[in-house]
Amino acid sequence: MPALSPETVLRVDDLSIVYRTDRGDVRATNDVSFELKRGEAMALIGESGSGKTTISLALIRKLPKNAVVTKGQILYQRENTVQDVLGLSRRQLQAFRWNDCAMVFQGAQNAFNPVLKIRKQFEDTARAHGWTDKVAIRKRALSLLELVRLDPERVYESFPHELSGGMKQRTLLALGVLLSPQVVILDEPTTALDILTQRAIIDVLNDMQRQLLFSIIFISHDLSLAAEMADTVATVYAGEIVEIGAVDDIFYRSLHPYTYGLLTSVPTLEHAQDILQSIPGSPPNLIAPPSGCKFHPRCSFASEQCQAESPQLQAESASHLAACWHKDRLLASREEGA
Amino acid sequence: MPEPIIELNGVYRSFKKGREVVPVLQDINFAVNKLEFLCLVGESGCGKTTTGKIICGLLPPSSGTIRFEGQDIAELRGADRRRHRRSVQIIHQDPYASLNPTQTVKEMLSYPLLAHRLVKGRRGAETRVNELLELVDLTPVEDFVEKYPHQLSGGQRQRVSIARALTTEPSVIVADESVSMVDVSIRIGLLQMMMDLRDRLDVTIVFITHDLALAKYFAWDGRIGVMYLGRLVEIGATQQIIAAPQHPYTKVLLSAIPEPDPQKTRNKQHIKLRSEDIPRLTELPPGCSFHPRCPWYVPGACDVDVPQLALPPQAMVDSEVACIPLQRGDELVLHDA
Repeated sequence: MPALSPETVLRVDDLSIVYRTDRGDVRATNDVSFELKRGEAMALIGESGSGKTTISLALIRKLPKNAVVTKGQILYQRENTVQDVLGLSRRQLQAFRWNDCAMVFQGAQNAFNPVLKIRKQFEDTARAHGWTDKVAIRKRALSLLELVRLDPERVYESFPHELSGGMKQRTLLALGVLLSPQVVILDEPTTALDILTQRAIIDVLNDMQRQLLFSIIFISHDLSLAAEMADTVATVYAGEIVEIGAVDDIFYRSLHPYTYGLLTSVPTLEHAQDILQSIPGSPPNLIAPPSGCKFHPRCSFASEQCQAESPQLQAESASHLAACWHKDRLLASREEGA
Repeated sequence: MPEPIIELNGVYRSFKKGREVVPVLQDINFAVNKLEFLCLVGESGCGKTTTGKIICGLLPPSSGTIRFEGQDIAELRGADRRRHRRSVQIIHQDPYASLNPTQTVKEMLSYPLLAHRLVKGRRGAETRVNELLELVDLTPVEDFVEKYPHQLSGGQRQRVSIARALTTEPSVIVADESVSMVDVSIRIGLLQMMMDLRDRLDVTIVFITHDLALAKYFAWDGRIGVMYLGRLVEIGATQQIIAAPQHPYTKVLLSAIPEPDPQKTRNKQHIKLRSEDIPRLTELPPGCSFHPRCPWYVPGACDVDVPQLALPPQAMVDSEVACIPLQRGDELVLHDA
């Protein structure tokens, strides 16, 4: 195994995933590479169907049966030992999931077994991972429920239907970190929740991360959530990371026309009228993606080069990479507009 | 002078659920003015969708009246009733569920045209369908008329829904969360198209959403009404609501929403609620429904009297609010959390 910097918990190299379907191969992920540091929160943003969920499912090896990883490796480091997640045996994988890497799925409302008390669901999870001391489990569970600002004793003895949507979501976050994973993957953590409940979840997540020091990968179509919670943001388009950088790089100095397009299509609450524009067209069919840069059919800067050659991610600064042939033209047009 | 096209007076609506009666709307009073952009915002369960259905006549109120162009819609009969049905249309939230999967775009759009005898024969319907598709930017028209919903993207389906609402040449359209199911990148295009329709077709649009930023964009020159647990708690000009919210609930909502700007959103002050629990509609607290959560709650007043929507006496802005301390002309005093 290659050595990773001590600060790195997860490194993905050239990950490519194909879904085999009757209509042909869907190239859902193409040469995706990124690194996740200890305590870092990374957001994957992009439209539906861009491949955000595929990437995150691959990290815990929960891809659907018709998915094939055609290339790449996923390196995970804990206490100076590095493993390739793609090479784990069934038993190792069972230990890896939840102990090392937990995922909280979209629509947490439906994640609990409706006929079991919350207590039972915490205990089952712990026991499946070799932890049998019920008193210790209870102690840990109650402290986590308190951390997510719930009434621990009451919630622990409740059935799921006795809890509101926001309470369930928070309980699920507590359950997610029960076994102290280093990486927590959140798929649309606040979608379908009300505004005030969303605020409570964001605050709770920030608290949890500060205290438990895990790393987060979250998938969201909500750019505001990324702006508030992420240290690093990666824009995913047609199965590729087209831009990745520190949150300020992405929001204030975006270099990819797609990222910029997303940013200029989001309304704000500022006390001035928003001038917004949507991105023309729709995301490409990944069975027969466009040639060259996959964004070129929707891009106002597209040239012949964009149709012919696919741009690679290039470093603009140590923390900021973008895959676009016409970064300078985007910058120039932004300066004109400003 | 704004001319009301729809007026709701003392509208109540409740639903029976088992033995319980759930009061979904209580004492709703407001008017929709001709050609204005009005947004109703609020969280789930606040009654915004029920209000939309009542405006369209799809749901009768339990009590109260709805007037369309001055006439009580409960009293409309025969031709007048049909005219109201044609004049007020709704666009639903989910473009995947609201279109018939077995019909082509042409069939879907022709049906209301022929049923209401708005065109002469198949030939007339075809011409009109083409015009409608052009109005919603589904061009070239030939590419779309024979398509089934599953062959269209979410954004395209929602354009078909809008075209279908336009078949009867309505004067009012209620758009219920009509862009929440489509991707961020195409949302604005849909909204801009709907905003253009007002000028091109003289149609008044009531937009229902949970997203205040979208409401602000859509109704920049219009008004926003904020609903909470079945009541309208504040209504006023959009720019005032956003820059100077008056009702405690509006203030809390605006402070809670993250912004697509890292510095701004991280430095935003969030107003703390006294309680995060949302009361059930069947167990509403006495007095103002927001008082158990309100950080500015005044004991002995807010938990006793139900506030009515009105213009407060010393208001700097002309938003109507339903808040007892504000209507007494008192300053709001923050409670310790």
